[in-house]
Formats: sequence, C-alpha cells, structure tokens
Amino acid sequence: MPKDLDLETLRHGTELVKRGFAKMQKGGVVMDVTDPEQAAIAEEAGAVAVMALERVPADIRAQGGVARMSDPTIITQIIDAVTIPVMAKSRIGHFAEAQILQHLGVDMIDESEVLTPADPFFHSYKKDFQVPFVCGATILGEAVRRIAEGAAMMRTKGEAGTGNIIEAVRHRRMVTQGVKRVQTLDDNELRGLAEHYAARYQPLLDAVAKEQGIETLEADVEVFGAFDVGTITKDIESVLVDIRRQGRLPVVDFTAGGIATPADAALMMRMGSDGVFVGSGIFKSGNPQARARAIVEATTHFEDPAIVAEVSKDLGEPMVGKSIDEIPVEQLLAGRGI
Amino acid sequence: MSLGRLERHITTRPLRIGVAALQGAVSEHADALRNAADRTGLHVQVFPVRSKADFEATDALVLPGGESTTISKLLVRFDLMERIRTRVADENYPILGTCAGMVLLARDGGEQAARTRTELIGVMDIAVDRNAFGRQRESFERDISLDLVGLEAPERPVPAVFIRAPAVTRTWGDARAIAHTEDRVVGAQEGRRIALSFHPELTADTRVHEAFLKLV
Repeated sequence: MPKDLDLETLRHGTELVKRGFAKMQKGGVVMDVTDPEQAAIAEEAGAVAVMALERVPADIRAQGGVARMSDPTIITQIIDAVTIPVMAKSRIGHFAEAQILQHLGVDMIDESEVLTPADPFFHSYKKDFQVPFVCGATILGEAVRRIAEGAAMMRTKGEAGTGNIIEAVRHRRMVTQGVKRVQTLDDNELRGLAEHYAARYQPLLDAVAKEQGIETLEADVEVFGAFDVGTITKDIESVLVDIRRQGRLPVVDFTAGGIATPADAALMMRMGSDGVFVGSGIFKSGNPQARARAIVEATTHFEDPAIVAEVSKDLGEPMVGKSIDEIPVEQLLAGRGI
Repeated sequence: MSLGRLERHITTRPLRIGVAALQGAVSEHADALRNAADRTGLHVQVFPVRSKADFEATDALVLPGGESTTISKLLVRFDLMERIRTRVADENYPILGTCAGMVLLARDGGEQAARTRTELIGVMDIAVDRNAFGRQRESFERDISLDLVGLEAPERPVPAVFIRAPAVTRTWGDARAIAHTEDRVVGAQEGRRIALSFHPELTADTRVHEAFLKLV
C-alpha cells in the first residue's frame, strides 16, 4: 500500500483545481488545430494548449450551416499527438456534447459561440463537470454570468475567423470599463447590478407565463440546473464582490477572435489580457510555423516593442482579413449566447 | 558564503527574488513570496525575470507552473537556459520549481520530454514523468506531509494542488524525496534546489515560500 493513500482526501474537479488549470495557461497562446500535424507544429512553436477542431472559424464562416462538436476521432488523434493540454468546443448549452468531450479526456471545454448554439435560453451548467470550461464574453454581465455558472476561465470575444482585431478591442474595453464601475459600487448598488444581470435567466419563465396566460411564475421555480432566479442572483452577486475586491475578473481572462499578428497579441496583452487564443490566424497564413512561434514570443514579451518588432519580421502573408461591415449581422458570432 | 550573500550581509540590501515570467502562474508566486516575506520579516524584493539582465540582478529564482515545453523554448530563445544552468551549478544559486518548474530542474525529463525534444535546465539529480497522474480530469487537491528543510510546523500537512502534475521516478546523488502521494514521489530537495509536483502558490499557506526564502 502506498504510504499515505487515502482516496477520501483526494479531491478532483474542485474550483481550485479547475481555476488552477487556467492559471497555468497564463501568458500563453492556445492555437486552433485541425489534425495531428498542425498540433505538432503548434506544440513545437511553444503553444500552451491546442484547440482540437474539424474546421477553423474562417472555414466555418465560409461554409455556413450548423457547426457542431468535432468528430471524436479527430479529437482523440490530437490528444495522442501532443503532450500539452487539449481543448475542444461544445455548442452553447449542449451539455451532452460537453459530457462527451469530458469522457474523451479533453482538458478544457470551450463552450463556444463559433459553433451554432444548441440552447436558446441557457448555457451548460458547468459546476457539474470535473473538467474546467472556458467561455466567451463581450460585456461584463456576460462574463459574470458564465463565471457564476462555473466557468474557470473567460475569453474576451473578438469576431472569430475574420483576422480583424476591432471586435476584441471593443469587448475588452467594455469589460475593463465595466470592472472599473463595479469597483465604485456600494453593497446596495452591487445587489442591484446582480439583479440586472440575473434578468437574462428570466425569458424562459416569461415565455411559459405568457403561454399559460398568467402574469408571472412563482419566483422559486427551478430554472437553471437546480436553481431559481434568487439563487442565481446570489451567485452573480458573489462574483461581483470578487470583482470589486480584485479589480479584475476572478478567473483567468484571455482574448480570442481576430488575432492575426504578433502585434495583435501584444495589443491584447497590453490591454490586460492574460493570454491569447489564435484560431484561423496561424494556419490560414503563409508560414504557420514562423507565425505561431512569433505570436508566442510576442505574448511573453508584449511590454518590449523591440522584441515584438524583431519577431514580426519576415513572417510571410498574414491571413486575409475581413471588415466587420462586410459581414451580414446574422452571421456575426460574438453576439451569440450573451 | 556566496558573494551575493556577503554583499547583502554587509549592506542589508533586500533579497532579490526573481520569478521566471515567460509563461504560467507568475503573479501567484510573486504574491506568495511577498506574503511569505511579510510573515518571516525578511526584506524581499520580488520581480519578473524575462531576460538575462533581469536574471543577473536576482539572488534566487522561482520557476512557476505552466507548460514545460513552452517555458523551455522561451528560456532557450531568450538566452536564459544556459545562464541559469551555470549559476545554479557554479554559485549554488537557490532555485524553486513547481510543476513545470520541477520538470525543467530534472536531469532526466522522461519519455514526454524526450519525445518533444524539450531542453531542460537539468540541475537536480532527479528523473521525472510529465503528466504522471493523467489528464486534467485526473487532477486533484489533497493535504500532504512535506519534509522540506526549514518548513515551519512540519507536522502540519501542506495543502497541495496537483494539475496535470509530474512525479519523480528516481532520485540519486544528493537529491532526496521530500513528499509522497499515491505511491509516488512528488517533491525533492537537493541543498538549495527544490522541486515540487504541486502548486503551493495556489493556496494561502505560504510555508513553502517562507522556507525557500530562509534558504536564500
């Protein structure tokens, strides 16, 4: 028998273990890959993790249709190909896909707006899972809701698959400015904001009330997982208390969507990002090896323009970017699942 | 007494503790070191190390958790690898590595480090296995007993968080095992070199950092 084996004291999937995983990713670059060869290139370039996908966001955008969780075969092949963590995407609210990903041994689940949302009302209840989740946010309220639902990591959403950084910058400014205001609130105001943020869990109840011809449903009815709106509001309030104390989100906060160059990565880091996800920006560029490595180096040395300048040299063609105005509103991804 | 120690002794300048800030849980270690300094009453300055110049100004270094493949590549690309190796060997320079940091300190990084051709600092007589407990799903926290020199209240267990953690598969020379869990060695000490599989920087218990500061 091992010296001090005591299964009772082994605690898996705790908040500390899940948020701790995200902390180990800080200062790093997570890269989208679609096969074992790309995964190996990403690991060799210094990626902290890879996101296993069937198609990168630029192709999902170009092909249209319903985008779902990737084929488990692809995910398993990528898990076997690298020693670094592997993440994979489930649709928003599709907790059956999330359970499959957890079963496959994925290290972190990205509940992602890049895929077509599965639930028009709710996201997955993430505290039920042993593996951590990362979710996207465009505004503070969205981030707070996801953290209250159990997200161990956030990513500020840009517009995925465009190679255009403007939406990531817009949303990071929205979140940062939101945090600044939260820092000025007293307890009453904080409670008011929590109630405002919790209103997003109300539409299903409102729709049912309307369908049954009554004003409102009873307040204590279970709405999300086993929780009523009152409990959700309390969870949201406790996240807001953490934000007020820490002056930032209480979980690791990356940026994802639109990063195409080392300078883009440095910009997001300078704006307070803890790290970056790069999707289409690497393998849709002229020289993925060189670009991947350069973005890794720029993410570490974001405060040193001389290094960012040096690593930006001779990287070949970046991915072709897209102006946000060219995209029909219904094809914008960042606004999904707020 | 090393030159740095002697100089500090004479001038009472603060201890300068660097945290390798290439990738990983850097701010957590910095906070833990500052809290440990407060508790021990030692005069300590903590700063991030990203370059050779940063490193030269330190009396000791912490290698945080993160991805060992990533940190190793950045140590090589920014000229830190060889310099750290030399200082640890020649000056008995104090160094603490947690998780990925443990892998980097080992002379033998096991199959995964070989497969990914990960260059290690390689200054401790230990062999390690990366991801020894499995994937994130298998990550866990538990209290463990730790036989670290200078640890305050050693009879009291240390809360330990294991995240895709490595384990020590072999020690030789002057390295000795200082922690065990699940039949595996999860900590080693070799004089002023400490390697831990887990993350003391993620909990409020700063005794590991206090013991490290006392070693410097």
